[in-house]
Amino acid sequence: MPLSPTLAAVRFGTGLSPAHAAPQDAGAVLARLQGTDAMAARYPQPAWAEKAAMVRRWAEARRARNDGSDASATAYRQINRQMFRDYHADLGRIVARGAMTDDGLRERLQWFWCDHFTVTDGGGLLRRSVAAYHEEAIRPHLTGRFADLLQAAVMHPAMLIYLDQARSVGPNSPRGRQGAGLNENLAREILELHTLGVEGPYGQRDVTQLAELLTGLSVRHDGTPVFRGLFVEPGAEEVLGLSYGGARPDEGAIRQVLSDLSVHPATARHLCTKLVRHFESDVPDADMVAAMTRRWIETDGDLLAVYAVMLDHPAASDRALRKVRRPLEFIVAGARALGMGADLPEAGNRIVRDFVLTPLQLMGQRWQRAPGPDGWPEAAEAWITPQTLAARIEWAMSVAASLPEPPDPRAFLETALADLAGPRSRFAAAAAESRAAGVGLILSSPEFQRR
Amino acid sequence: MGPTLSRRRLLTGVGCSLAAAPLITPMAFAEMPSDNRLVVIILRGAMDGLDALQPYGDPALRVLRPGFDIGPAAGAIDLTGFHALHPGLGALAPMWRQGQLGFAQAVSTPYRGRRSHFDGQDILEAGTAGEVPDAQHRDGWLNRLLGAMPGATGRTAFAIGRDDMLLLRGDAPRATWAPDARLDLAQATQDLLLHQYHNDPLFRDNAQKALSLSAEGLGDDAPTRDADGALFAFAAARLREESRIAALSLPGWDSHRGQRNQVTRMFRRLSDGILRLQADLGPHWDRTMVVAMTEFGRTAAENGTQGTDHGTGGTLILAGGALKGGRVWGDWPGLAEAQLLDRRDLMPTRDVRAYAAWALRGLFGTDAGLLSRVVFPGLEMGEDPRLTG
Repeated sequence: MPLSPTLAAVRFGTGLSPAHAAPQDAGAVLARLQGTDAMAARYPQPAWAEKAAMVRRWAEARRARNDGSDASATAYRQINRQMFRDYHADLGRIVARGAMTDDGLRERLQWFWCDHFTVTDGGGLLRRSVAAYHEEAIRPHLTGRFADLLQAAVMHPAMLIYLDQARSVGPNSPRGRQGAGLNENLAREILELHTLGVEGPYGQRDVTQLAELLTGLSVRHDGTPVFRGLFVEPGAEEVLGLSYGGARPDEGAIRQVLSDLSVHPATARHLCTKLVRHFESDVPDADMVAAMTRRWIETDGDLLAVYAVMLDHPAASDRALRKVRRPLEFIVAGARALGMGADLPEAGNRIVRDFVLTPLQLMGQRWQRAPGPDGWPEAAEAWITPQTLAARIEWAMSVAASLPEPPDPRAFLETALADLAGPRSRFAAAAAESRAAGVGLILSSPEFQRR
Repeated sequence: MGPTLSRRRLLTGVGCSLAAAPLITPMAFAEMPSDNRLVVIILRGAMDGLDALQPYGDPALRVLRPGFDIGPAAGAIDLTGFHALHPGLGALAPMWRQGQLGFAQAVSTPYRGRRSHFDGQDILEAGTAGEVPDAQHRDGWLNRLLGAMPGATGRTAFAIGRDDMLLLRGDAPRATWAPDARLDLAQATQDLLLHQYHNDPLFRDNAQKALSLSAEGLGDDAPTRDADGALFAFAAARLREESRIAALSLPGWDSHRGQRNQVTRMFRRLSDGILRLQADLGPHWDRTMVVAMTEFGRTAAENGTQGTDHGTGGTLILAGGALKGGRVWGDWPGLAEAQLLDRRDLMPTRDVRAYAAWALRGLFGTDAGLLSRVVFPGLEMGEDPRLTG
């Protein structure tokens, strides 16, 4: 059975919409993915360099405040407000893109890979700047070779800072001989999370050797990447039995090891399993994983080719909705079904906070604050607990109640659920005591919270 | 991968002995399991046990960690003449003097080699003999305890916060709620919601729990501006009522660089939480044990960025009026290079699960066979450390 438009929009997109037609089939999904990135053009995110410059101005303004003058206090307040506004607008753009797009798989892939290469909001240069890393390192590489995505993500200044690579120094390098040393955090996560997977064929020695090979990757105070020859551990390193680098510091050797890891069969299996677990089922369909893994290996990690296998596989068309929408997916799908969200980036802090930022936190997915570098959980049980389900229902009801003119629930059921609507939700939509309650119930229904 | 921890499989192995256990009688079902209380805090990110409880009497510590503040000379509080308490935990020092604070040194789960936080936490919470729990059939050791606890109800154990804790996940009913959660619907809407959810157990069961917990207004008096405080206050409030077990997590311990500031802040959060429990539990504190455990320890040596990397042996923190503390349990393996595991990590000298098992035995009288087969499969409980005296 070919992929239905409803499932194309729900399982492989950001949901159904009254204004944006669902893709007709898998071919249409792929064609859109190969076209231009209309949402990035319509809702441009700021660049990393701008964010880094903003953080530096903020830090300077904070220091300047120590002089005790009113002028410096005002300047600090202003820049603080500006950063806070930008942070809310960044999130507003993410929701607006998902709500307004005709190319829903692109947004879903963006979220998937941002999660795979998690960097969380934090101090220093990571202060309210992560959206720029996502835009620069992840977004351009969603449909290309995985090697390019991997290199762009793990060599980006945001990742080098987040996983402590920026300060890792080879113990026998010129800088290391003055007392600085190695930090193996990024090396470990590259092997465990980003490529081979924790069950992959590597050991502690590979982690340490890769950490030595990565020395030199660093970040300047202004946020630009730099390769510091003085940090580089001298000599070659051996990772998974292959030798990299040599006597002279060589950033190319780092690109080479990442390229080799990107096409390793363990990487192919790990990432295809992860894609299927994310899009299809918490218990991934073994045949779908195998077909995608074969394609990954045949094409040296051509992501578009791998997605095509996923969309064409019979499991993609299974009508059982096994996955639960993560909170961000749920909020975006809700906004999209209600035709809302286009103006969210300009709506101001309060609207973004009440409609998205606080609800995300209550639903268990604090924005840009995944619990660790492994990102957010996949299992339905991790997302649907009494406390987080309560937050989802409260959101659905309060958004519905805030609509100036709520749609007729029977019509909204067709918009939001189409042929996925079951008899119980159909009954609830018709029997609700008000239009707002009916819309809230549809948004709360299992068919809407699953995909 | 090792054997999976499916509950069904476990019960087929020990089902007969469970059914025949004299503890499970109709009368016991009508009673509260115990008047004792247990709080388990999962310290996510791998707490550096060698910084929490500094074995400054081992001369190798200063050599391995030249950039760290170590021992009483650097502001830590001397406890045993060999161990000193990190100043960030200083607020707990009076508890030590009252015998209400203790530590188990050089402990770890049976997990070895990979040093992944995520697998390490799963193994810690699943209580397995070292294998990563199967994704589909995993449950937590506290849940398996509940399943074997006479008189346990859906309120005996409470997971608190917005995290889903594997520690309490499983077949035995338990409660989960966050201090700031609520679900307030008109009666007609509530009925229709449950009608919609009827055939979807995940949504149905969680919605039913949410509606009934929300109706009780459980979190209404929790402090709103202090998230940690709200969590611990909520735990204490539940334990003052019919709950006997509370589980919560405190993430943020992964100190790869600039460890000093990070762990000082984290130790304060932990000690504030324990003090909050003590204050809010009132007279029940005397019947309470707090067990703060982490997925693994950190490297014995500091790394190149004034932090530490993922290690193996770590430290278990115990507190509470039910603890016979003021002491450090466990053999000290030493920090000389040849004494380290893989020449980098503190060598574990005892399975952390053994202390947890003995704590359960001391608090709830749980059968030792049940502990070593069902709650912690494959555990050698070993000698009784007499945690509760």
